[in-house]
Amino acid sequence: MPETDALERPTTRDEAWRYADSAWLAQAPVDWLNHWGTVDVPPGETKHFNAFHSAGPQASGGSVHRTRVHVGAGGRYEHFEINASHIEYSRIELEVTLEEGAHFEFGAVTIGRANARQEFVTRVIHQAPGATSNQVVRAVQGGQSTGNYLGRIEVARDAQKTDAAQNFRAILLDRGASANAKPELEIFADDVKCAHGAAIGQLDQAAAYYMAARGIPPEAARKLLVQAFIADALAAIDDRRIADRMLERALEQLDALTL
Amino acid sequence: MLKIENLHAEIDGKKILNGLTLEVAAGEIHAIMGPNGAGKSTLSYVLGGRPGYEVTAGSVEFMGQNLLELEPHERAAAGLFLGFQYPVEIPGVSNVQFLREALNAQRKARGEEPLSGGEFLKLAKAKAGLLKLDMDMLKRHVNVGFSGGEKKRAEMVQMGILDPAFAVLDETDSGLDIDALRIVGEGINTIMRDPAKGVLLITHYQRLLDVVRPDKVSILSQGRIVQTGGPDLALRLEEEGYDAVMADA
Ligand SMILES: Nc1ncnc2c1ncn2[C@@H]1O[C@H](COP(=O)(O)OP(=O)(O)O)[C@@H](O)[C@H]1O
Ligand SMILES: [Mg+2]
Repeated sequence: MPETDALERPTTRDEAWRYADSAWLAQAPVDWLNHWGTVDVPPGETKHFNAFHSAGPQASGGSVHRTRVHVGAGGRYEHFEINASHIEYSRIELEVTLEEGAHFEFGAVTIGRANARQEFVTRVIHQAPGATSNQVVRAVQGGQSTGNYLGRIEVARDAQKTDAAQNFRAILLDRGASANAKPELEIFADDVKCAHGAAIGQLDQAAAYYMAARGIPPEAARKLLVQAFIADALAAIDDRRIADRMLERALEQLDALTL
Repeated sequence: MLKIENLHAEIDGKKILNGLTLEVAAGEIHAIMGPNGAGKSTLSYVLGGRPGYEVTAGSVEFMGQNLLELEPHERAAAGLFLGFQYPVEIPGVSNVQFLREALNAQRKARGEEPLSGGEFLKLAKAKAGLLKLDMDMLKRHVNVGFSGGEKKRAEMVQMGILDPAFAVLDETDSGLDIDALRIVGEGINTIMRDPAKGVLLITHYQRLLDVVRPDKVSILSQGRIVQTGGPDLALRLEEEGYDAVMADA
């Protein structure tokens, strides 16, 4: 099919795919890789999206979900997603264009085990003045899994008063686990606030010992610490029942991680 | 109650405790004083089983058990409380959640029923009141954004809630102003002055010992106890300094 031929196959030489699974990319159907879902938020309206991918059976293969979101002036798009799936490669990607005064809120968590490679990718385009965005991504990686966050923020020339924030933190539970952060800022306006941070580390040993010294057994201490860590990514969910339910499900997946 | 014999311990292969011997009987408050770097905090961490602190010789008997065989959380359940010189911040975990989890874990280990949320809050309120710490502070994350003095008072609230048989308090008086010092000192008296309990009180200053009157005072220097005496030993230290007092010994 000539149409399919025209589609490009990403490789790990592409910056945005540098942490992807190259073997899977090489053989995945090219139209899948280039498929984009779309979400349109009309001016002044709010749309929510919450999703949870639980760990199914360990499976080979991969999955790529790409969504283009357009948020009209004064609109809001709030997207929360937890990926605990441990197929070999899973990528969840959002490209969000913000019109004047629009807001994009993103909270995401990866919970990985075995050899799962999980990534969140966001590209936020502040196209008009006064738009705001916030991305909080947390990765909890066990086994030999990898958690990646590639977050790009673009601010167009006339998108003055942009306020964008991005934060990624990863906890590696086992020796073989890893995480990668790739923040990218491309800013063409001058009156802009852009904050970003990334940190990859182990569970806080001082806090774990403090808990032990008060009588909390190691498994319970780890659970409390991981729960607090993940909760950051769900803090912006207005409906606390939804947030609690997501957190609860995340903790179930963590239990299965033999924390 | 606590019997430490010929304790040797090291961190990263560096010897810190060099044959420390010390006994604290039930009903006793035993103050430990000593120059910076003497090994006072190391002693408290070794008793608390902190990872990285390796015991190379000696023994510690705590209420008839071999303390060194127990995991840190088991030591707490056995009745040992460690007041930290530098209390740890735990973002994302509230004091209430932390302490209820801790108390119920200890109760479970001792075969007791857990406290309900309501029962726990009542207890927490009473102990916070004792230390004049606003209950709102306990709803906040553990030690996050607390001043030095608030952290120390919060530690004593923790001690009140957990009600240990024995407390090792490491410079609980540092960072406290005069009023807070009195509140903390009286808190220690209320919670721990008991014929069945014991305290190792690590401090640099006589002013805490004016409130919490120790039964015995020992000087720790270069990883061992070099002198033990009554409350007057602390007064002499205050007046003459470590070098003079130790030279006389
Ligand atoms: N984590 C550590 N690694 C290496 N040396 C340490 C560590 N902690 C303490 N020390 C050393 O151990 C000695 C005793 O320290 P510490 O027990 O904190 O003394 P104190 O509480 O009496 O001031 C000091 O020489 C200190 O430098
Ligand atoms: Mg010290």
